[in-house]
Amino acid sequence: MAEQAGNGEDDAVAEIEKKIIEAFEVFDHECNQTVDVREIGSIVRSLGCFPTEAELHELLAMVEEEEPTGYIHLEKFLPVMTKVLLDRSYRPIPEDVLLHAFEALDENKCGYITKEKLVKYLTEEGEPFTQEEMEDMLSTALDPETNTVRYRDYISVMTVDET
Amino acid sequence: MGSGSSVNVNYKYSLQKSENVQTLPDETHPAFKAAVLIQRWYRRHVARLEMRRRCTWRIFQSIEYACEQDQIKLHNFFSYLVDHFTPSSSKERDFISRMFISGESFKEAELEKYCDYESMEVPDSYTGPRLSFPLLPDQATALLEAFKQKQQLHPRYVLNLLHETRKHLKQLPNISHVSTCYSEEVTVCGDLHGQLDDLFLIFYKNGLPSPSKSYVFNGDFVDRGKQSLEILIILFTFLLIYPNEVHLNRGNHEDHMVNLRYGFTKEVMQKYKVHGKKILKMIQNVFCWLPLATLIDQKVLIIHGGISDTTDLDVLEKIQRNKFISVLRGKKRKDSNRNVEIQEINRESKTEADPAEKEAAPSLFPQPRPAPAPSMSNRQEFSRWVRQTVQEQIEWCRRLVDISESEEEELTYSSVVSLTDLDGPCRTREEDWKQVLDILWSDPMPQEGCRANTVRGGGCYFGPDVTQKILEKHNLQFLIRSHECKQEGYEFCHSRKVLTIFSASNYYEIGSNRGAYVKLGPDLVPHFVQYQANKTAHTLTMTQRISRVEESAFRALREKLFAHTSALISAFKAYDKDNTGRITLSNWATAVESVLRLGLPWRMLRPQLVRSTVDGMLEYKSWLDDLAMEQRSQEHIQSSLLEVIYRNRSNLETIFRIIDRDHSGLISFEEFHQTWKLFSSHMNIELTDDGINDLVRSIDFNKDGNIDFNEFLEAFRLVKQSQ
Repeated sequence: MAEQAGNGEDDAVAEIEKKIIEAFEVFDHECNQTVDVREIGSIVRSLGCFPTEAELHELLAMVEEEEPTGYIHLEKFLPVMTKVLLDRSYRPIPEDVLLHAFEALDENKCGYITKEKLVKYLTEEGEPFTQEEMEDMLSTALDPETNTVRYRDYISVMTVDET
Repeated sequence: MGSGSSVNVNYKYSLQKSENVQTLPDETHPAFKAAVLIQRWYRRHVARLEMRRRCTWRIFQSIEYACEQDQIKLHNFFSYLVDHFTPSSSKERDFISRMFISGESFKEAELEKYCDYESMEVPDSYTGPRLSFPLLPDQATALLEAFKQKQQLHPRYVLNLLHETRKHLKQLPNISHVSTCYSEEVTVCGDLHGQLDDLFLIFYKNGLPSPSKSYVFNGDFVDRGKQSLEILIILFTFLLIYPNEVHLNRGNHEDHMVNLRYGFTKEVMQKYKVHGKKILKMIQNVFCWLPLATLIDQKVLIIHGGISDTTDLDVLEKIQRNKFISVLRGKKRKDSNRNVEIQEINRESKTEADPAEKEAAPSLFPQPRPAPAPSMSNRQEFSRWVRQTVQEQIEWCRRLVDISESEEEELTYSSVVSLTDLDGPCRTREEDWKQVLDILWSDPMPQEGCRANTVRGGGCYFGPDVTQKILEKHNLQFLIRSHECKQEGYEFCHSRKVLTIFSASNYYEIGSNRGAYVKLGPDLVPHFVQYQANKTAHTLTMTQRISRVEESAFRALREKLFAHTSALISAFKAYDKDNTGRITLSNWATAVESVLRLGLPWRMLRPQLVRSTVDGMLEYKSWLDDLAMEQRSQEHIQSSLLEVIYRNRSNLETIFRIIDRDHSGLISFEEFHQTWKLFSSHMNIELTDDGINDLVRSIDFNKDGNIDFNEFLEAFRLVKQSQ
C-alpha cells in the first residue's frame, strides 16, 4: 500500500508512521502517548494486519517495558509497528483460504456446520474464543431456524462488510 | 460489545488444558489449523469494528463541540454589529433595533400579569390532565400516563405549574443539601435533553420519586430531543409534590439563549402556538431560579459541568443566582479597531467614529428606550443617535447581569450589603458570573492545571490537581457531573474522583451510547444502572449498530467537508503546484485537517470518505464535486452560496429566531434580506444582490411578503426532515 510520493522511500515511511500514530491516538485516552496493553491487538489489527494471538504476544514482548506497567508507549511501539507494516507481516487472509478453513471443520461437506460443532471447535481448539467472542460471532453467523452456520453465506456477508 | 481484551488470555488456557490431559496440542491437526485461521480472521474483524466505533464517536464529539463554538461566533457577530454597523436607512435602523430587542425583562408583578393564566378557560372538550394545587401524587401519575398517550397539557396548567415552581424554587438556597439518612438511597441522573423515553425508562427501572426514593436531576433537561417540555413538566410536578426528595440542578441548557439554537424554543412554539411566548417567558424566569449545585451528606458535590481553580462553594452560596437569566454574554468591545475593512452595504457616505462611544463592554440584547430620532437627512447626527441609542440599550442590558445600582427587581438594601460581604472582600458581579459559568460549562481534562474551555467557549478545562484542591478545601469525597456524552452512560476520571453521569441514551444516533443513572447509599459507593431506550437498538447485531451510527456520523462529516469546499480547494492547490489536479492521499489528510480542524484521524477515516484513487493519488476536484452532488438540493443556486449557507446554518437559524420576536416562524422578506446582508458582510462573503434574490425566489413564500424560515431551512435540507 505504498503511496506515490515525491521522494520515494522516506515519504512512504513518514506516511506509515502518521497512520500508526493516528491509530494509536484513537486509543490514547489520557492524551499522553500511552495505551492500555490490552488495546494493542485492536490497534495492530485495524492497521490491516491479521496476527495470531501468539504473534501478538511476540510483538508485545518487543514493545513492553522491562517492568510491564500495563501501558505501552508510543515511542516504543512506533518503530516496531513501522517495521511490521514495511515488511508486510501478518498478511490478510484471502477469501478462498477462509473458505477452506470452514470446509475443514465441515466433515460431511454438507455446506454448513452445526452450532454445537462450531462452538466446540472455536472454544476448544486453536486459540480459543472467549464466550463473548463466540456469542458475538454466532449473532451474525447463526441461522436461527436450523441452528447451523452456513459458512459460504456468512463469509460473503462479512466480506461485503469489510469494504 | 466484542471482546474487551484483544490479546486473548485463553490461548494460555488451552495450552494448560492440553497439558493436564498430557497431550500437547496437535498443531498439525487440520481442525486446529482451521480454527486458528478462523479465529485470527474474526479477531481482526472485531478490532476493525472497534476502531470504527471509536472513530465514529470522535466524529460526533468533534462536530458537537465545533457547533458550540458557533455560539461564540454568533456573539462576535453581534458585537461586530455594535462596533461597526451604521444603518443608513430608516428600514435598517428599525431592523437593527429589532435585532437588539429580545423581549423585556419583567418585574415580579409585571411577570404575573403578562403570564397570567387564571383568566384562561379550559374547555370541556379538553380531555387531558387537569392540575390543581397543591399537587398530589395521583396527578403526577396522570401526567405520566397522558404523556405516554402523546397528549398535551393545557397551557393554563402549564403556566400555573411554572408559577408554582418558580415560587418554590425561590425559597431554595443555591446549593441543595441531601442526606442519605432520610431516604436510604439517592439516585442521580444526568443530561436528559428532551428524551422522554429515557426518563420513562429510568422511572420504570428505578421507581418514581417518593418519600423513600430521592432523586437528583443534574441539568440539561431540554434541547435537542423533541419532548423537552414534557420532561420539564414532569420534573417540576415531582419537585412540587416531593420537595424534600426531588432536587434539580441548573445545566448550561437551562438558558434561553442556548434554547434558541438547540431546539427548545422551537419545540415550545410548535406545541403552543398561541401561548408559547408566555410559556417561554415564564420558563426563563424559572430556569434562573434553579439551584446551582447539590451536596450529598456534605461529601459528594453534584454540579452540571464542572469546576475551575476559582470555584468556591462559600461564594457560590452567597451569589444571587436569579440575576443570571442567561449565562452567555457577548465579548467585550475592543478598543476602536477602525482600520478593519468593512464591506458596508448600502452605505453612501462614511461616518466618523464617535470618540465618546468607546466605553463600556457591550452585552447582548439591550432593552430599548430610544430618544426621538433626528431626521434622516443629517447622516452624521443620525448615526450618532443610533450608536447612542444602541449604547444605552447595551448599558441597560448590562445592568441586568452586572453590578447594578438602580431599580432592579428585588435588589433591596440588604441584598446590596450581602453582595459586599462585610467580613470578606468585595465581590464584583463579574466574579459571581464566572462562578456560575464555570459550574455550568466546564469539562475535566487529564492534564494538570486549569485553562479556558475554548472548544465550548465558556467555562474551563480542569485537571486532577484542581479537583484535588477543591475536594480538600471543602472536605469532599468526589464530584458528580454531567455535560458530556459517554458511551457507557458514565465514566470516571481523575482517579475516580470525578464521575460523569449521562442519562440520554442513543444521543447521537440510535445505538450510539447507553444512558445511565447512579445510586448512592449511606456508604456513598456508586452503583450504576445502564440502559438503552430504543427497542431497535437491541435487535441489531453489534455490526449493524455500529454501521448505522457510522453512516450517520459520516453523513454529518461529508456535509461539513462540503461546507468548506472553497477553503479545501485552496488547501489542496497548495500541494498541487504543477496544477495536475491530483494530490497524494497523505497530503489530502493534512490539508483536510488544516481546514476543518476537528482533530480527527483522517487516515483512518479515508476509506469511507475517498472512494476512488488513481495511482494512489486523489483527483480532488471530482472528489469535491461528488460531495456537492450529495448535498445539493437546489440546482440553480450557485454552489458557493449553498456552501455558505451550510457552513453557517445554525447561526442563521439562531439569528432568524432572534429576529422573529413573536416566535411566529415568519419574518418579512425585507428582514430576511437585511439579515443575509449583515451576516455576509460580517463573514466577509462576496454576494451580489442577484445571488440573494435567486435564493429567495427559490423559496415559496406567501404573497404577503413573509418568509416561513422553517420552510427555508428545510428546503435546503439544513434541518433534518423529522423535526
